[in-house]
Amino acid sequence: MYDAGKIITGIIIFLVLMTSPFWLNIASGKGSYKPEIKIATEEKQCVADTDYMKAAHMDLIYEWRDQVVRNEKRIYTSSNGKTYNMSLTKTCMNCHSNKSEFCDRCHSYVGVTPYCWDCHVEPKEVVQ
Amino acid sequence: MLEKALYGDRRYWTWVIFLMTLMGIGFLFYLRQLEYGLGITGLSRDVTWGFYIAQFTFLVGVAASAVMVVLPYYLHDYKVFSKMTILGEFLAISAVTMCVLFVVIDLGQPMRAVNIILHPTPSSIIFWDLIVLNGYLVLNALISRVTLDAERKSIAPPKWIKPIIILSIPWAISIHTVTAFIYCGLGGRPFWFTAILTPRFLASAFASGPAFLILLVMILKKFTKFDPGKEPIFKLSEIITYAMSLNVFFILLELFTAFYSGMHEHQQSFLYLFFGIDGHARLVPWIWTSIILAVFSLILLFNPKTRRNEKFLTIACISVFLSIWIDKGIGMVVAGFVPSPLGKVTEYWPTIPEALIALGVYALGFLLITIFYKIALSVRGEVAK
Amino acid sequence: MSFDRRKFIKIAGLTTIVTLTGKPVFDAIAADSPLNVSTEPNRLTAKRWAMAVNTKKCLEKEGCTDCITACHHIHNVPDFGNPKDEVKWIWHEKYENAFLDQENEYMEEKLKDKPVLVFCNHCDNPPCVRVCPTQATFRREDGIVMMDWHRCIGCRYCVAACPYGSRSFNWRDPRPFIKEIVPDFPTRTRGVVEKCTFCDERLAIGLQPACVEACKEKALVFGDLEDPKSEIRELLKANFSIRRKPALGTQPEVYYIV
Repeated sequence: MYDAGKIITGIIIFLVLMTSPFWLNIASGKGSYKPEIKIATEEKQCVADTDYMKAAHMDLIYEWRDQVVRNEKRIYTSSNGKTYNMSLTKTCMNCHSNKSEFCDRCHSYVGVTPYCWDCHVEPKEVVQ
Repeated sequence: MLEKALYGDRRYWTWVIFLMTLMGIGFLFYLRQLEYGLGITGLSRDVTWGFYIAQFTFLVGVAASAVMVVLPYYLHDYKVFSKMTILGEFLAISAVTMCVLFVVIDLGQPMRAVNIILHPTPSSIIFWDLIVLNGYLVLNALISRVTLDAERKSIAPPKWIKPIIILSIPWAISIHTVTAFIYCGLGGRPFWFTAILTPRFLASAFASGPAFLILLVMILKKFTKFDPGKEPIFKLSEIITYAMSLNVFFILLELFTAFYSGMHEHQQSFLYLFFGIDGHARLVPWIWTSIILAVFSLILLFNPKTRRNEKFLTIACISVFLSIWIDKGIGMVVAGFVPSPLGKVTEYWPTIPEALIALGVYALGFLLITIFYKIALSVRGEVAK
Repeated sequence: MSFDRRKFIKIAGLTTIVTLTGKPVFDAIAADSPLNVSTEPNRLTAKRWAMAVNTKKCLEKEGCTDCITACHHIHNVPDFGNPKDEVKWIWHEKYENAFLDQENEYMEEKLKDKPVLVFCNHCDNPPCVRVCPTQATFRREDGIVMMDWHRCIGCRYCVAACPYGSRSFNWRDPRPFIKEIVPDFPTRTRGVVEKCTFCDERLAIGLQPACVEACKEKALVFGDLEDPKSEIRELLKANFSIRRKPALGTQPEVYYIV
């Protein structure tokens, strides 16, 4: 390898710069921060298990979307036999009407910006 | 081999930095377009394709024209083109790259472009165009790389590359055929709905591409030690003469069927282009410029004395290139939308941001040509003068 | 050293390509929907939906825009106030423009220069569906030419292909130009194409299209062409009707009684 010294030094500087946000957060004590979400409904059960929803709600929403728009299927039956209207604004946001305290908290923590709201209308939130 | 593009004199770097500045300006305006939407262009509800898609169409022709040097050399063993083929292939790579970029900047939702691959739809001509264009890019990248590498090592290119080169010949025809199919398969657009559109596209491609190649060779001759000799230039100029004559002939055929038949809807777009409709005549001066340049170039090309004179040939090549650029790069696409399916005349003209974004793409294409030609000439030790 | 720069770049490039293409290929192989889904029990169904526009009745109340207002309101169609950015699903067009191929200088006065309602024809052989590179616009089995706004990449090939000018593109963000946003229906985002969908969202819950419901003159009749006893079939049996540009072979499913 030519210029091994320069290349290795370069890689090390690159890695340090890339990972610096993590080190800074740990140093300032924010490393253990976890987003807290609030659930604003009396409903006991979501359309699927909490664990599944936490991990894969986006897959479920994508599937609902395709079923409604492309296959004319609008009714979803959950594992306990309850039926739901497959609608982001009418079903999901009916319970989770507090978008800023529910959806946004995790999404901004993990740095994703779902484009759902470019078109679908956000629920009007009561400012507390 | 790429490192050869990193060494150059002051003139080389000034040119590179100039192109990069244009690219930067184009990119900034593209960011603005992403933010605001395609409404930043001059396009409207009635004229939904314009400058971007027209440049794409024109450049597909330039890309396809590489076949005009590859075919005689590899199929007919026409040795005169030995120094030219690599230039043709590199021009093709740069042109196809610009084509792809022009399509991407024309998309309303470019970040969803991958949907074309995720949901492949063989009934859509765009699907096939994507395949042939990218295939052509890969073929030319591979061929130019392998042949140039062999030249650098002063050995014959490996045998397996020959069938790939032969494949690239029909493939070049296919890219412009499929691109013409995008237009001529639409029953609701009488201006494009003509079987002669594909041959017309090919004829104009085989005139404008080689014309551009001659101009590039003239520039290289001026600034570098590169000199392919007179013979390939004259051969190319003959090809241009035939192709340009056919192109003009095909346009006349279109005019005959539209106006002799008297079919109203087939005449409308021609009337708009040549004379304007109800005072809407923005393209009229352009299309007449294109016609005058076409006739002028043919006069220079038909006459062997002027064709074999480098000065006149250069003027003829510039005329051919500009004539076809106006015809395909402005007229052909826009006129298909005028009048609209509801018989309304809406005019279109590119806006400044639109023109600067397009210029940025062209700058990138020229940067690629510069770098590729620099590499090719460095390998042959023909750089400095 | 055997592992030179060129080899490194080659391997890095190949790795990138495999990584980028791997997921879509994997997803395509993966199984169908695992969810238990079904259709609405109350939905309206048909073998082939179609619309009849009774222009005689429509012209009795010239200047009426009830159907247009209703449609554009419930579907959050923006009003940009200029023809360049314009988005519209259903609108009035002069008879001569709507029926370009019916050119006739001495047309009867009750039609000449009179407005005719135009909207998507939901063709049986739709050119827009044929050209769409992502199946963002597709023909349902009941004849509705649907739009999947999630999938549209905004190439506008469908706009070029439509012989009726029925499609609109969102040249810019439509939200600020919607007078009153109806929360139950999505707005669109910049860069996608939109058009009439025969109110698929209303058919799904047992309602007629909004324009049909809004028309007090009953000038719009919506129904199943394959059902010989349907209102639309009775109407077409008893009246002379024409379609827009039938010579193109698109088989438009909007019939005009003139």
